[in-house]
Amino acid sequence: MTDPNAAGGLSHVGEPGEAKNPADGPHKPRSLWGDAWRELRRKPLFILSGVIIVLVVVIAIAPDLFSSRPAGFSDLNHANEGPSADAWFGYDNQGYDVYARTIHGTRASLLVGLFATLLTVLIGSLVGIIAGYYGRWVDSLLSRFGDIFAGLPFVLGAIVILTTFNAPDSNPSEFRIIAQVVGSIAVLTWPVAMRIMRSATLVAKQLDYVKAARGLGANTFRIVFRHLLPNTIAPVLVYATIALGAAIGAEATLAYLGIGIRSPVVSWGVEISDARDYFQNVPHMLLFPAGFVTITVLAFVMLGDAVRQALDPKAR
Amino acid sequence: MGRYILRRLLQLIPVFIGSTFLIYALVWALPGDPFAGKCGQRACPQPYVDMMTAKYNLNDSLVVQYFKYLGNLFSGDFGETFSGNSIGQMVADAAPITIRLAVIAVIIEAVIGIGAGILTGLRGKGFLDNLVLVSTLFLISLPVFVTGIVLQLVLAGQWGIINPSVSADATVGELIVPGFVLGSLSMAYIARLTRASISENRRADFVRTAIAKGQPNRRVVGVHLLRASVIPVITFLGTDLGALMGGAIVTEGVFNINGLGGLVFRGIQEKDGATVTGIVVLLVIVYLLMSLVVDLMYAVLDPRIRYD
Amino acid sequence: MLEPETLLEIENLHVEFRTSDGVANVLNGVSYTVHTGETLAVLGESGSGKSVTAQTIMGILDMPPAVITEGSIRFRGEELLTASPNRRMEIRGDGVAMIFQDALSALNPVFTVGFQIEEQLRVRRGMSRKEARARAIELLDLVRIPAAKSRIRDYPHQFSGGMRQRAMIAMSLALDPELLIADEPTTALDVTVQVQIMELLAEIQAERHMGLILITHDLAVVAEVADRIAVMYAGRIVEQADVNELFRAPGHPYTEALMNSIPRLDLKGQTLKTITGLPPSLLNIPPGCPFHPRCERAEDRCRTERPIQHNIGFGRASACHFAEEVVSRA
Repeated sequence: MTDPNAAGGLSHVGEPGEAKNPADGPHKPRSLWGDAWRELRRKPLFILSGVIIVLVVVIAIAPDLFSSRPAGFSDLNHANEGPSADAWFGYDNQGYDVYARTIHGTRASLLVGLFATLLTVLIGSLVGIIAGYYGRWVDSLLSRFGDIFAGLPFVLGAIVILTTFNAPDSNPSEFRIIAQVVGSIAVLTWPVAMRIMRSATLVAKQLDYVKAARGLGANTFRIVFRHLLPNTIAPVLVYATIALGAAIGAEATLAYLGIGIRSPVVSWGVEISDARDYFQNVPHMLLFPAGFVTITVLAFVMLGDAVRQALDPKAR
Repeated sequence: MGRYILRRLLQLIPVFIGSTFLIYALVWALPGDPFAGKCGQRACPQPYVDMMTAKYNLNDSLVVQYFKYLGNLFSGDFGETFSGNSIGQMVADAAPITIRLAVIAVIIEAVIGIGAGILTGLRGKGFLDNLVLVSTLFLISLPVFVTGIVLQLVLAGQWGIINPSVSADATVGELIVPGFVLGSLSMAYIARLTRASISENRRADFVRTAIAKGQPNRRVVGVHLLRASVIPVITFLGTDLGALMGGAIVTEGVFNINGLGGLVFRGIQEKDGATVTGIVVLLVIVYLLMSLVVDLMYAVLDPRIRYD
Repeated sequence: MLEPETLLEIENLHVEFRTSDGVANVLNGVSYTVHTGETLAVLGESGSGKSVTAQTIMGILDMPPAVITEGSIRFRGEELLTASPNRRMEIRGDGVAMIFQDALSALNPVFTVGFQIEEQLRVRRGMSRKEARARAIELLDLVRIPAAKSRIRDYPHQFSGGMRQRAMIAMSLALDPELLIADEPTTALDVTVQVQIMELLAEIQAERHMGLILITHDLAVVAEVADRIAVMYAGRIVEQADVNELFRAPGHPYTEALMNSIPRLDLKGQTLKTITGLPPSLLNIPPGCPFHPRCERAEDRCRTERPIQHNIGFGRASACHFAEEVVSRA
């Protein structure tokens, strides 16, 4: 599984910078973002991942465009049939059309990934910027606090949290489960976002114009929002992109373990979980949703990599 | 150096207490009857409840409970499951298997990852480079259970090379494929890390000096370049060993390995709090200790960093 | 007095850097000669090609993007540019050795100074560990590092700048090279330390009767230490002369301008003379004489016809159309 905790480190590892062409308009003022965008447009990595992500998002927003059958469609006569012209991904053991379920499951998977990442980045950034800005004992305290959560292996922690809040015979609502999955991913991965924001803040704090702003008496809010944030946002953005992928992978993994989202909600993870006991004989019911997960995660990781390269000032 | 170790150990303690207390609280403190379902369909008889309550100190406040538990743990007493099995014994049986699995994973990921990283780092752009980049990207994106399942399907189901489940002995040979699966994510990361490190240092001044001195190429790469580039990788391998032991649950699930992961999972399903807490605490200790060891290793490997 | 023999001959060396921005003509016909016991100072601004020449001699240029398009480098008569990679490796450290500007980055940070000296002796000379250790300590003594026996076990970052440079010098002498190339050895050091290092180099050179190529942009250093000077500009040698001759009467407007830009302590109230403009981009070297855009006496001929290095006296050469005039101006 793309370990959400590793996603932070991954954002720093990859291809060394390539030679750049200063071919564009000689008199246009160049900003980091403008440069980055111009570069991104050219990279095949970016284009490919962008296309995949746009496609996935469209599927999530309007699944009916892609599948004439609803997720609940079931025809037991065809149970366990392999892929055919009628059902592109075949049928699972309960007669569900795997293709229809996968298409309709896109929304839930994407939403879980999105919200989990949003929460992680929000919490992590907030704590990180406070730790980095105030330094000293505040930093120490907050870093230790983050370490407490970081010391828990992701899967273990998720298992404990999710099973504790749901006794095996209780029947929690859909919303509750989704919220719990989102919450547990966020709770266990925010330290990584915090560390990234914190180190970016520490660096940005040393910038001359930040010191100048403080010298001029700018208040904390202003410094943080106008000066620190724009400088620290780049690495966090890269991390967030990769973390989105990781969160989608995490949802699938938790579902596989049986503690994630479950019926009647349909998500890729749910399909995988349902397939767990049957896939030896009916592989297609697991491989297609797993494939979708993999490709989507791949797209986000590629995107994050491309964005990191484009934003890397060393490659200028 | 001694003072640094001491300081780090002291820093470790609050984090350790925080993590383990968190787990303990989650497992034991939440509302709900801890005895639900333990005695079949009926409610448990009162003497049983009384005995269990005394055994697990359930009448004490949470904090006291926790410290009593911790006290027991450090004297080697993991306690018993609700059905009376010795947790310590179960851990002692399962731990070596998980350790073996994690070590195999680390070895595989180190050999393949560092090897691929060196090859591509030295060579630069080309077919091999793109191959490694693409495949590492894939490995990073594949959820571990997918890797595990696919390999199981292909190697065991279709080609019949290995058994789909690992036997109770869990010999080294049986653990190679699971080890590969467990380490797949890290292997990709190591390959990239090594590649970046070697690629960066290849142009370093000290490498140029080694060549200018007239040292043969195999020494320039094998001694000078390697030694300087390998530092971040070795430190990562160290922390990974600790992390893998905790992350083996999924792999152990796919391949039916009777390791700590399986134990924890069963403990959770059976709502056996003592098992879960015991193993998780153990794993947290291992992880924290490994991170301390890694810090020390860093000082050994990079002479510019000497702690006093 | 030993008869000076020819150690190194560079003839008409052309090197290009092929980049995504175009082809940079980094060396455009460099020729010079170094003899045993002689110190040749190669003088020039950054980008003049002085370091690239040295790296080409040593064979440590990054070969893409660099391409040697023409020329010959002969060490004791043996052509280096066509020699096998193995032969070139043999010559490094043993025939020709090089020391660099920044010893902190040039030395490997994870190995002790002793290790880095001893590996030369063990790998290239087959010495045992004990022998190599003893010899390494001798070398550290030779470059006047105090307490050599204990410092041999130290890492580069534990030395001060000057000591580190001495250690690098010791390392370069391990295989008793005949020619030493010093690429801006004192630029990164304090002035007082600079003097010490230069004196050390001079002493060592005299004792071993080595050839020494001193690459620098510092006229003061040159005046003290060099026997001959080659002035480089835009990848060419624009003037070569005996040091005293050069200082007495420069034979190229560039050299002249360099001399004039040195502030004089005895004349007060003078404006500081500079050379207007900037060195040309090597991607786009002006036609004719590369210096003409900045030369006060440039004429039409200079803009179109490239001057060739020609002799203007015994042991002197200059690449200016009006070299004799420049000399007589002094």
